[in-house]
Amino acid sequence: MGWLRQNLFSSWGNGITTVVLLLAIAWLLSWFVDWAVLTAVWTAPSGQDCRGHGACWALIHEKYRYIFFGSFPYEQHWRPLFAVLAMLAMLILSADRRMWNKRLLWIWSIGSATTFLLMFGQINISSSLIFFLALVIGAGGAVLRATVGSPIEINAWRALAGIGVAGLALRLVGLFPAFTLSIAPFSYVETSLWGGLPVTMILATYGLLFAFPLGILLALGRRSNLPLIKSLCVGFIELIRGVPLISLLIMASVMLPLFLPSGMTIDKFLRALVAVILFASAYIAEVIRGGLQSLPKGQFEAADAMGLTYFQKTTLVILPQALRVVIPPLINTFIGFFKDTSLVLIIGIFDFLNTANQALVDPKWAGFPGEIYLFAAFVYFCFCFSMSRYSKYLETELNKGTRR
Amino acid sequence: MAVESIGSPQHAKIAPWNDPVIRGWVFQAVVVGLVGFLAWFLVTNTVENLARQKIASGYAYLSHEAGFEIGDSMISYSPANTYARAILVGMLNTLKVAGLGIIFATILGTLIGVGRLSPNWLLAKICEGYVEAFRNVPLLLWLFLFYKMISEAFPGPRQALNVLNALFLSNRGLYFPVPAADPIHPWMGLGLLAGIAGAVVLHRWGKQRQAATGKPFPSIWAGAALIVGLPILIWLAGGAPHHMSWPELKGFNFVGGTVIQPEFTALLLGLVLYTSAFIAEIVRSGILALNKGQSEAAAALGLSRAQAMRLVLLPQALRLIVPPMTSQYLNITKNSSLAIAIGYPDLVASVNVTINQTGQAIENVLIIMVAYLSVSLSISAFMNWYNKRIALRER
Amino acid sequence: MHKASVAAAVGAVALFASGSAWAGKDLDSIKARGNLICGVPTGIAGFASADSQGKWTGLDVDVCRAVSAAIFGDSEKVKYVPLTSQQRFTALQSGEVDILSNNTTATLQRDTALGLDFTAITYYDGQGFLVPKKLGVKSAKELNGATVCVAPGTTTELNLADYFRANKMTFKPVVIEKVEEIRAAFFSGRCDVYTTDSSGLYATRAANVPAPATADDYVVLPEIISKEPLAPAVRHGDQQFADIVRWTQYAMLEAEEYGISSKTVDDMLKSDNPTIKRILGVTPGMGKALGVEDKWVYNIVKQVGNYGESFERNVGMGSVLKIDRGLNKLWTQGGLQYAEPIR
Repeated sequence: MGWLRQNLFSSWGNGITTVVLLLAIAWLLSWFVDWAVLTAVWTAPSGQDCRGHGACWALIHEKYRYIFFGSFPYEQHWRPLFAVLAMLAMLILSADRRMWNKRLLWIWSIGSATTFLLMFGQINISSSLIFFLALVIGAGGAVLRATVGSPIEINAWRALAGIGVAGLALRLVGLFPAFTLSIAPFSYVETSLWGGLPVTMILATYGLLFAFPLGILLALGRRSNLPLIKSLCVGFIELIRGVPLISLLIMASVMLPLFLPSGMTIDKFLRALVAVILFASAYIAEVIRGGLQSLPKGQFEAADAMGLTYFQKTTLVILPQALRVVIPPLINTFIGFFKDTSLVLIIGIFDFLNTANQALVDPKWAGFPGEIYLFAAFVYFCFCFSMSRYSKYLETELNKGTRR
Repeated sequence: MAVESIGSPQHAKIAPWNDPVIRGWVFQAVVVGLVGFLAWFLVTNTVENLARQKIASGYAYLSHEAGFEIGDSMISYSPANTYARAILVGMLNTLKVAGLGIIFATILGTLIGVGRLSPNWLLAKICEGYVEAFRNVPLLLWLFLFYKMISEAFPGPRQALNVLNALFLSNRGLYFPVPAADPIHPWMGLGLLAGIAGAVVLHRWGKQRQAATGKPFPSIWAGAALIVGLPILIWLAGGAPHHMSWPELKGFNFVGGTVIQPEFTALLLGLVLYTSAFIAEIVRSGILALNKGQSEAAAALGLSRAQAMRLVLLPQALRLIVPPMTSQYLNITKNSSLAIAIGYPDLVASVNVTINQTGQAIENVLIIMVAYLSVSLSISAFMNWYNKRIALRER
Repeated sequence: MHKASVAAAVGAVALFASGSAWAGKDLDSIKARGNLICGVPTGIAGFASADSQGKWTGLDVDVCRAVSAAIFGDSEKVKYVPLTSQQRFTALQSGEVDILSNNTTATLQRDTALGLDFTAITYYDGQGFLVPKKLGVKSAKELNGATVCVAPGTTTELNLADYFRANKMTFKPVVIEKVEEIRAAFFSGRCDVYTTDSSGLYATRAANVPAPATADDYVVLPEIISKEPLAPAVRHGDQQFADIVRWTQYAMLEAEEYGISSKTVDDMLKSDNPTIKRILGVTPGMGKALGVEDKWVYNIVKQVGNYGESFERNVGMGSVLKIDRGLNKLWTQGGLQYAEPIR
């Protein structure tokens, strides 16, 4: 009672506002419930039977598999379903702070492998690629663990990189026979048949995942004292942030074929992914720059005073602290990109919004855009809202330690 | 790369490969070399491909006849005009929708942001619901929804909703009467500009006088009178031409008057509603960041809540609000390019058609990028200037 | 090739870089790959559309099936890539597809400046106008002031502007990239007129009119304002592949002319007519000259049918489109379809 008085009827003006709003809500709600529940049609053979009634949920009932999975072969729809579940599990597990250690690497490796194996059905890895990966992983491990790993571990990393280099060299001169490692539990489904929710999730998740290291490099470059590096990074970041994503997507779909040697083509899906990665990296760089700037100068000076190299200073002192600060804004960037991936429909990729849109095309079911878009909006809302709540929760959690 | 510490003479004997300056330059040379190689690789490929596919290059096509019609144009345009003009028409449309979007989104966003802080719990919750609903769904989805709603829900032109034979609402848009073209109009425009300039001068003078003598000057009212009065005076002096162009159903469509097209409405509505949700959050956090003492002090002075908001809280919050607001304004401008999905002829749409007709993708994508970059940079420059102006001057 | 290998090493591109058709002999790479990659429209009923199981049918699709039957002896070895009018030429030029069977109008500009080769004309088309019957319009000359829905970046858009200018009329365009969105705008009443190739108009009228309206509520106006010869296109460079595509179309026409259909083809193998014997490869030599097996026409007709069958099944009276054959009749029946002889 006291609460009511204080929050709704504290003054005459307030009271009137409350009453008017209540009436408006009641009216809207009664109309909505009537339309969406009471007079709604839940199943019907065609859109014709929906006319004159409320919401035509029968349309969703008819089309939901297409909306979620696009043109993926119909009888194989369980594959994108499990791929989506794998990605969801991956994201949810990564949200748990207890997993923020080596386990994260395992979660992502297993989750990604599962996702792409389910989506592609078969994965063919050529010998060159294996050596290339060995080189990248080996070099990465050796560099990242340089100051913390035991000598044996470092040597193991180096050996891996060495195998990669040797293998690539042998392949290049043709001494090593070409072979392909093929994992093929299911039938192959090419990316042009992918559609719906998995496409949206893959573009957003892997677009940001690959953009992340690039963003870190750009942010560090922007803060660097080296004039050429700094201007390159500033130029790239400002260029990308100054133009709309559409222009990058158009570039990827129309101009990229002109950039490549004749005869070489890149999958349309990958092209969109590259555009998303480039676009995201500039935004991530700015977020990370914010984190770098928030560190007190003493941290940099202390690291310098200890005689750490630039590399040690960055990986051991600066980044661990800066990244911790920027996790919540990074999640907000992810939410932004989860929504922005919908733009790929302009270059003809069937993301979730595009498949929803396509479901309207069927003349048998034409004329119910509201239902489809409400449904799609609801799905997007569930994803984005829960992530934004998580980001808020994390912000207060992470601040607990620094708050006095 | 700890460059802060170099340059002092005792470091002069370091071996060259350990000298941070030399290392820095070598590192830069490598990176620039790599970037240069990538650029060379792309450029040579492109040149090769263009030559092989016999695609023309250069901007000569800009002066060729465009040959396509554009649905909405602020300047006179016909298919007989050049590609350059067609692209200009698109650019103006982009500026129009972005400019209006910025204005409306700011107003609506501020209202919602303030509403979220309302002592009325219900109003605050409704505003919060609005923010969450619009923020968490892609803009493109809103655009599709609004566009489909307008074109499906409104009647055809022959059954248009008719208000006093002046306003006609149909799926062709909202038609309304405008004054018929008259030579006096450009002069009235000049009068308006002069009025605005006069109002600004008056406002400054009034402020100075108040600072010097303490007497307030009603510069807002005087300025408004100047802005409205000057054009009216010119209009009266020109013989008060009051001929109007009325919309009229002729054949397929309305003729005369002017029209706000459904594509434009859907785009503007989408941009404004979506962005205002973000602006509301910025405004809210700006106000929340202020010391509570500010609103208490305002209350102690006897200011009403509205007065406190307008005179004390918002001006201070503005300082915190402007930087993030800048990026929202940039977002509106960039997001206006989604026009292409619902068929509003903005810059990207014009250029896209030009790409198809001429086959010159590279030149045209460059046009898009340069155009958006210059608009973005102008907005940033203006907002930075404004930010400096309102920044707290510490003595 | 060297540059290509550098580029390939640049990243994990290799993971995705899919069956790219390398420059040089297209035919060799198609044979090596074991399937034909065919660029089709994103969905024009009767010409190319995929059902809910993802199976493609239509006149454009039959072209690719026939080429596949000629090369592989199996009409199902085709991979379809739906392309918008904007993407199609880049896709062919860059090797993403081997052949464009995309309702594409053959023009001088495209033949020369875009580095394409158009083969035989599969459909004689022209641009027309679709209007709701209730507008009461009888001729395109009455369209002054109309709002017109049109796809951007096509010859259609230019023809439209030219036609209205020539007749001193004005119009308001509504231009949307995706064909589904244009149709939706037209059927919701946003435009008075929808214009595209008349084949597309019939397809739209037959398959896309949203309930409760029916096809009879819309009429195609009598005026045809342009010539639109639709032909498959291949990359300039591999003449042998271009020949196979061209002669596949001629084979389907020849088959119709000599009364060889998918039903009669087995009986026709026993025919004494020397021309038919040559066509069906009973007298060997023709297929070999073309670089395919001698039974190529038999495979095409058996699996895809002759031109008349394909036409009737997909767009003619046997389909929902009910397009009159008109210009697309054989020359013997007063039409324009006149195949060079197989001999």
